[in-house]
Amino acid sequence: MDHQQALQLLPAYVDHELSPTETLLLEQHLSGCESCRHEYEGQQAVSSLIRAANLRRNAPEDLAQAIRAALPVHAIHAAKDKARPRRRPAPSFRPNIAAWLPAGMLTFGTLAMAAAAALYLLLPSPGQRVAGELVDSHVRSLQMDHATDVTSTDRHTVKPWFNGRLDFAPPVIDLAAQGYPLIGGRLDYLDGRTVAVLVYRYRLHPIDLYMWPNDATGTGTAPADAVLKGYRIAHWHMAGMSCWAITDAGEAELDGFVRALRAQAGS
Amino acid sequence: MTDPDIVQRFETLVLPHMHSAYDVARWLTHNDQDARDIVQDAYLRAFRFFDGFRGNDARPWLLSIVRNSFYTWYEQNRAHGTRTEVFDEMIHGQPLNGQTPSLDPEALLIRRERNARVAYALRQLRIEYREVIVLRELEDLSYREIASIVGIPIGTVMSRLGRARKQLAALLAATDREA
Repeated sequence: MDHQQALQLLPAYVDHELSPTETLLLEQHLSGCESCRHEYEGQQAVSSLIRAANLRRNAPEDLAQAIRAALPVHAIHAAKDKARPRRRPAPSFRPNIAAWLPAGMLTFGTLAMAAAAALYLLLPSPGQRVAGELVDSHVRSLQMDHATDVTSTDRHTVKPWFNGRLDFAPPVIDLAAQGYPLIGGRLDYLDGRTVAVLVYRYRLHPIDLYMWPNDATGTGTAPADAVLKGYRIAHWHMAGMSCWAITDAGEAELDGFVRALRAQAGS
Repeated sequence: MTDPDIVQRFETLVLPHMHSAYDVARWLTHNDQDARDIVQDAYLRAFRFFDGFRGNDARPWLLSIVRNSFYTWYEQNRAHGTRTEVFDEMIHGQPLNGQTPSLDPEALLIRRERNARVAYALRQLRIEYREVIVLRELEDLSYREIASIVGIPIGTVMSRLGRARKQLAALLAATDREA
């Protein structure tokens, strides 16, 4: 590392923002360069002075209350109600919520509402929104006869296809032996970002597997399954990815698919 | 928007960062009341855009909104006619008053009222430098987080922090001479 480079990187060295390699190279230069050492000590001294000067001030006590009070009216009620155990007004869900039924829990009738409420509690709003987008995206791909951008049963063809098209590398798993042959992959746009979609098949039923890196969206690691507009949806986390599978196949088939996938991903 | 769950999530994820928001706003405005107004405005904006928030750590996200609220306020409140010259990384990174910035650690060990002088020096610092110093040294954010809040490349965060510290050193040395 030459003198000019070292001089440039000094602030990041003070802030412990260099990679181990850069740190090593910089320290080698520092040991033999008086002027860089001087510069480093100066940067370090200013940083320490500021940190020691206790300049941070907390917000006044009443600011949190003022912020809450300024949020939209309904929000205030909600915030106040938070202290009491809250009863959910079951029938007044948004229209699409009533269509949510957890997989395999019920037949129909009075149980349906209770189960829908249970699922509503289980899935946070972002989850519901993603599920809605998922159905739309899946249906659109079928309508436009555009299930795949890359069509191949070979995962060594499909996986590299995503290189450079995404800022992450989705795991591509071959499940032909388990009865779910890979058909191909495509890019789609969901939840405000470009996502990877792998298309599998169970007999005549396509199964779309949507993946993108984990974020706050989602419901944790437990699979949350649902039926929406006649499509069966499973959601789980795996290999650092938020995964959603959607299909018109049955519950057992989707369960088998998810289990096989997780088993392979884990191995 | 008014779903109780969203409000609750907002309060859990975003409200705890109120002190950071206030601290940054206060160092940008130099004024407690203005800082308060800006934080309140920022929280309203944050709540409106909360749907679009992704991730687990809302602090950098909130601070970028605080910063935007501040700059909106700053543009509106700047007295007419007092035009601030456009910030230039190179020109404004030069040593102040032609002095060679003293980075001698011993010279920085100011004898009395040291903390008050550091605060004074920081207030004198150009806003582009002040904000990166506050985000780094007071709020302890990473280069990556600062880059996303200020909207500059990580390399610029590094060089700006370096220049900011040099200027602070010069300002501190100057106040020391006055004393």
